[in-house]
Amino acid sequence: MLLNLSSLIRYRGLIWSLVARDLKARYRGSVLGFLWSFVNPLLLLLIYSFIFTKVIPNETSGVQPYAVFMFCGILPWTWFATSLSDAAGSLISGGNLIKKVLFPAEVLPIVSVLANMVHFFLGMPILIIFLVVSRHYPDALDLFWFPIAVLVQLVFTTGLALFLAALTVHFRDIRDLLANVLTLWFFATPIIYPVFQPNVQQFKWLFDLNPFTHLAVSYQEILFFNGPIGHWRWLLALGGVSVCLFLAGYWLFDRLRDSFAEAV
Amino acid sequence: MRPAIELIDVSKIYRRYSGKQFATLKSALLQRSLVRELRPSETFPALTEVSFSVPRGSTFAVIGRNGSGKSTALKLVAGITKPTSGTVRVDGRVSALIELGAGFHPEISGRENVFINGIMLGLTKRQIHDRFDQIVDFAELREFIDAPVKTYSSGMYMRLGFAVAIHVDPDVLLVDEVLAVGDEGFTHKCLDKFAEFRRRGKTVLLVTHSLGLVETLCDEAVWLDGGRVQGQGDPKRVVGAYLTAVEQGEEELMAATTAKAVEEAEQPAPGAEPAPESTPNMFLAAEGRWGSREVEITEVSLLNGEGEASFVFHTGEPLKVHLKVNAHHVTDDFAFGIGLFNAEGVCCYGTNTYVEEMMPDRLSGQAEVTFAVNNLDLVEGTYKLDVAVHKRDGFPYDYHRLLYTFRVKSRTRDVGIYRPPHQWTFSPTVRFKVAGKPDGHQPS
Repeated sequence: MLLNLSSLIRYRGLIWSLVARDLKARYRGSVLGFLWSFVNPLLLLLIYSFIFTKVIPNETSGVQPYAVFMFCGILPWTWFATSLSDAAGSLISGGNLIKKVLFPAEVLPIVSVLANMVHFFLGMPILIIFLVVSRHYPDALDLFWFPIAVLVQLVFTTGLALFLAALTVHFRDIRDLLANVLTLWFFATPIIYPVFQPNVQQFKWLFDLNPFTHLAVSYQEILFFNGPIGHWRWLLALGGVSVCLFLAGYWLFDRLRDSFAEAV
Repeated sequence: MRPAIELIDVSKIYRRYSGKQFATLKSALLQRSLVRELRPSETFPALTEVSFSVPRGSTFAVIGRNGSGKSTALKLVAGITKPTSGTVRVDGRVSALIELGAGFHPEISGRENVFINGIMLGLTKRQIHDRFDQIVDFAELREFIDAPVKTYSSGMYMRLGFAVAIHVDPDVLLVDEVLAVGDEGFTHKCLDKFAEFRRRGKTVLLVTHSLGLVETLCDEAVWLDGGRVQGQGDPKRVVGAYLTAVEQGEEELMAATTAKAVEEAEQPAPGAEPAPESTPNMFLAAEGRWGSREVEITEVSLLNGEGEASFVFHTGEPLKVHLKVNAHHVTDDFAFGIGLFNAEGVCCYGTNTYVEEMMPDRLSGQAEVTFAVNNLDLVEGTYKLDVAVHKRDGFPYDYHRLLYTFRVKSRTRDVGIYRPPHQWTFSPTVRFKVAGKPDGHQPS
């Protein structure tokens, strides 16, 4: 397994060219092309702004403007959720490669995660513009934590993606189940509500069990809230868990590897 | 020197389609095999204890009918699937031409696909850059290389896939029936490329149905049937053995077709029109049997040169049509006739004893009639036979219309209906290469 794992580094050229292909192919034939990577999050932000300022105004103090606060969590969530649903189907849609070409299958879910990470990065400028406009300037020290949060999320998402991709080959049900689980997970994570709301604090232990809580809260503290990050211990702990998750996911993937060409 | 490819007692068992996902997942996880926990009825053996080795630098063919396990063997060599038991060993870098352009993305250009496909096949960006012009020229796609692949015709798609795969410069090249990708010109280019591979001492493993190619191109062949090795060695010998087996299969099929046609003719469908009073137009009638049966054809058999009943004949060999006839009462007005039709329904030959000016005198009781052809000079194809006994004016006693089917095989791919016996002669200024050498640079 470790040998296979080290060969991942050998595949980096392949992985990046597939990521580039995914991004290129995604918007090929559309008028706005790559601009969609900016327009999509912008439109999303406008929708949330409208709903939470006009339809159901949220006046919680300290989290104004509310839409920008939510956006700090929604961007990483979109990366996470889209990666998982893409990865779950990646081996099946790439079946031709696995069946007809000698191809390192783990590349496919990893490409799903990385391609969505690029979209996440492309959405960041929109978020930064709105942060600056609403006068939320993150501390320099906080920004040091941003790449760490991204790295933790990358490892965590990749680990889960490997699990899901391998199991979906055997149980196609996972793809349908996953969509619903992700919806539930989204609402169970403090993204569209702040973690310090009293009714959230009531079930604090439950929220603490949700790994994405720590990522969302970290992003919010780094980007939105003033003052030093208070959540870094949780973030590092999640980083440790993520490495274990990644190794376990890779192990499962590696064990099932030989079955893919037949079961896809 | 170690062989380039070696298969030792290799078996591959696939699962049949079944809903037992938990069982297969569990055994895949614990034993790295999908089929260990399945009952024999839930599995299918694609290969059973197959062993062969391909010497370095040789061109080796795998032949066999559809479903015989050829492609499975190739996938095992390529490492795409793992054997259920046994060992597969391959020395050197492998490139598999199993499905051409398998990794192409339809939305992006041919140029970008060449790069990504090349990287998938193990090249670096720099190597692809260096070979890019060769690849595009080989695929003959310079004009369209920047168009999205979805706009390509299937031939263009395959050519590009082939061009990339062949420029990976592998030590071992696996080819699965992909020579049919292009037009005649492109096929020749592919064959030249294989010849170049041979010259450079690379190993080629070829799965194909083009037996002519096997005989001219390959050093050795293995014949698989039902997942087992049936024969191995000199390509001419293996191809011959394979063709004999195919003929036996065809023979059985022809026998079944004939038996079915005769049986259906015996039991006319309800509402079928009664036997016509005169011979129907022989160029229009469908298969069937009619006539007054005052004289009856009781048995028809086709005999080969050895006098054995057969349904498959070779061009130029003798053919005998043997009829057993039963005249229910004595008659002095009769003629025997034969008609030979090809698969398109064209009458290749028709005759009867009356047109050949044999005047009937007397026919009674049991009789036997033989129509012998010394050299069956027909081109390859499936033929149907009419046999009849009728009055001189054409009134049918017993007319068997297209009831007997047989097949003519030929090693020459000439066309038409009839092969007149012929020779070619040339002045000394016309020379030909020696047959059986693909490179064939030495004159005869």
